[in-house]
Amino acid sequence: MDELSALIHGFGTVLSWYNLGMMFIGLVLGVIIGVLPGLGGPNGVAILLPLTFTMPPTSAIIMLSCIYWGSLFAGAITSILFNIPGETSSVATTFDGYPLAQQGRAGNALTASFTGSFVGALSGVLLITFLAPMVSKFALRFGPPEFFAVFLLTFCSFVGTDKKTPFKTIISMMLGFGLAAIGMDTVSGQLRMTFGWSELLRGVDFLVVVIGLFGIGEILVSMEEGLKFEGKSGRINLKVVLQTWKELPKYWVTLIRSTVVGCWMGVTPGGATAASFMGYGLAQRFSRNGHKFGTGEIEGVVAPETAAHASGTSALLPMLALGIPGSATAAVLLGGLMIWGLQPGPLLFVEQKEFVWGLIASMYLGNFVGLIIVLSTVPLFAAILRIPFAIVAPIIIVVCAIGAYSVNNAMLDVWFMLLFGVIGYVLKKLSYPLAPMILALVLGDRMEDAFRQSMLGPGTGLHVFWSNGLVGTITTLALIMLFWPLVSLIWRRIRSASNGSKNGDVTAPHHPSP
Amino acid sequence: MDHQQTEADPPKGGLSHCAVDAITAVVFFVAGVIMMVDNFRIGISWAADGPESGYFPFHIGLIICIACVVVFLKSLFGKRRNREVFVTWDRFRLVLLVLVPTAVYVLLIQLLGIYVASAFFMAAFMRWLGKIPWIKTILISVGVNILLFWMFEIQFLVPLPKGPLEALFGY
Repeated sequence: MDELSALIHGFGTVLSWYNLGMMFIGLVLGVIIGVLPGLGGPNGVAILLPLTFTMPPTSAIIMLSCIYWGSLFAGAITSILFNIPGETSSVATTFDGYPLAQQGRAGNALTASFTGSFVGALSGVLLITFLAPMVSKFALRFGPPEFFAVFLLTFCSFVGTDKKTPFKTIISMMLGFGLAAIGMDTVSGQLRMTFGWSELLRGVDFLVVVIGLFGIGEILVSMEEGLKFEGKSGRINLKVVLQTWKELPKYWVTLIRSTVVGCWMGVTPGGATAASFMGYGLAQRFSRNGHKFGTGEIEGVVAPETAAHASGTSALLPMLALGIPGSATAAVLLGGLMIWGLQPGPLLFVEQKEFVWGLIASMYLGNFVGLIIVLSTVPLFAAILRIPFAIVAPIIIVVCAIGAYSVNNAMLDVWFMLLFGVIGYVLKKLSYPLAPMILALVLGDRMEDAFRQSMLGPGTGLHVFWSNGLVGTITTLALIMLFWPLVSLIWRRIRSASNGSKNGDVTAPHHPSP
Repeated sequence: MDHQQTEADPPKGGLSHCAVDAITAVVFFVAGVIMMVDNFRIGISWAADGPESGYFPFHIGLIICIACVVVFLKSLFGKRRNREVFVTWDRFRLVLLVLVPTAVYVLLIQLLGIYVASAFFMAAFMRWLGKIPWIKTILISVGVNILLFWMFEIQFLVPLPKGPLEALFGY
């Protein structure tokens, strides 16, 4: 077992006082970031990224990934106690979590959700430990065309899995690609879309966009909603924890189902939000007391949280193995990798063993320590939400401004942050998904490089993407994913036609081809 | 296009959701056209060594334009149009109450440096929007910024914009 010995070596890296300290700081900051409205995983990591430029990369990623775990844990706190999801991935947790808190069983709900999260995350890490090295080994055979095809698959599946607004997903994604193309072209050195503005030479930094869209944009949305926090008390004592843990094994089917859904949605970039809703929906449908969901069922808290965490964790699998992030936060972490001077991609497992296995080991430890931290300090973090928004909001804005400035030491970036804040506010209200934009912005240059490298040499054309079995399969799969709603619509039409159309009205999403 | 947008307006005040949707689509369409024009200038054809620099972004712009047309048409003629008001005026006032001071704040950063500007911004925000007592306001706004100064300038050595006040202390 190569993986196990590498993992043990990774634990050796993590278990230094400095790294453990970074892990602890990351987790606590992550929980605070997750609890605060207007701050979430992606922009919390983005704001703190510039501070890590001088740290050793392993410590930096341990701290930043722990912020991610912390914020995932924290989403449940606000959902259950305040009926306000701190993260979009914990919207589904409010359905049963808040009713439980109203019945005075907040402690049980919190314990159940944290434990579910922990189980989900642990499964995600296990998946990464054993699957990621295999995937990366396989991906070592990839050339530029294969990489382009995998990128294409990622983005197509984003569009294909979006049932409500596929065209908005396309716009959001393409805007990300467009923003990534601004500045000097990496291949020919030509200037693109700078319009004679020398400050645009270095392009628009993704960190600035993330801070604007998710930070300032979120503040504007929360301001409009006029936040009033009326929370339930969230005391947890050992008795409640043990009592809940005794109850949890009953829900093992739900746990497993949500874990599988979450892992799948994380590896394919479905996202934690979709995973949590799917986990909840499936549990409601298949559980014995599904009809009681929404009135305060522990199972209804476990299901979405487990799925969200499993998905959030396994989103790092494609990031580590292929250099393709599965979520917005993973995209920011990937951007960090490039800033620290590490080349993302399958070679990471070969060239940066210490970094990769240190990170994986820190995931085991970080989730375990995170569970203990949140279980023991919930009231403390819930108290943060009782601070008036008028004090919290300006502090968040100031921190965002500092974060945006320190990326490149440029004032223009702060203005950009403001601009993207406004854009984020409008797009969020019009239900444009923002994660595809971030993913496209981070991956844009690499995707284009892969495209152009595959096109080098004479006699090339788009047929390169079907030049051998491997790349052909991936490209075809990508196209199927892109037109998936259309394919499934046609499939159902055919089936209902042959079945004598029992229920003629097909409620499939409307998806005309572009 | 313009008269169609006004047509979609609900009778009383404020733009409807679908009107804003349409306007946004038009804005992005224009952005897509700008992308296409600028990249057309660089060259979008196939050179001897593969596609020219403008090839990739040009097509990105093209896809934006196509998708925008679909979103635009859906927002105006779609069956499940959202005719609700996008944002009511008093809600939007709250948004502006944050947005305008933030813009002023960014301007102040350039003049006063980030720490002094932040202190003023936080104080103003807390005092006017939160009606928080003066003493608490001053303690928090000054305290947080001293903490930030200590963290960034002294601990992490990240240079942030500084103004006359910091110069006075020799930074």
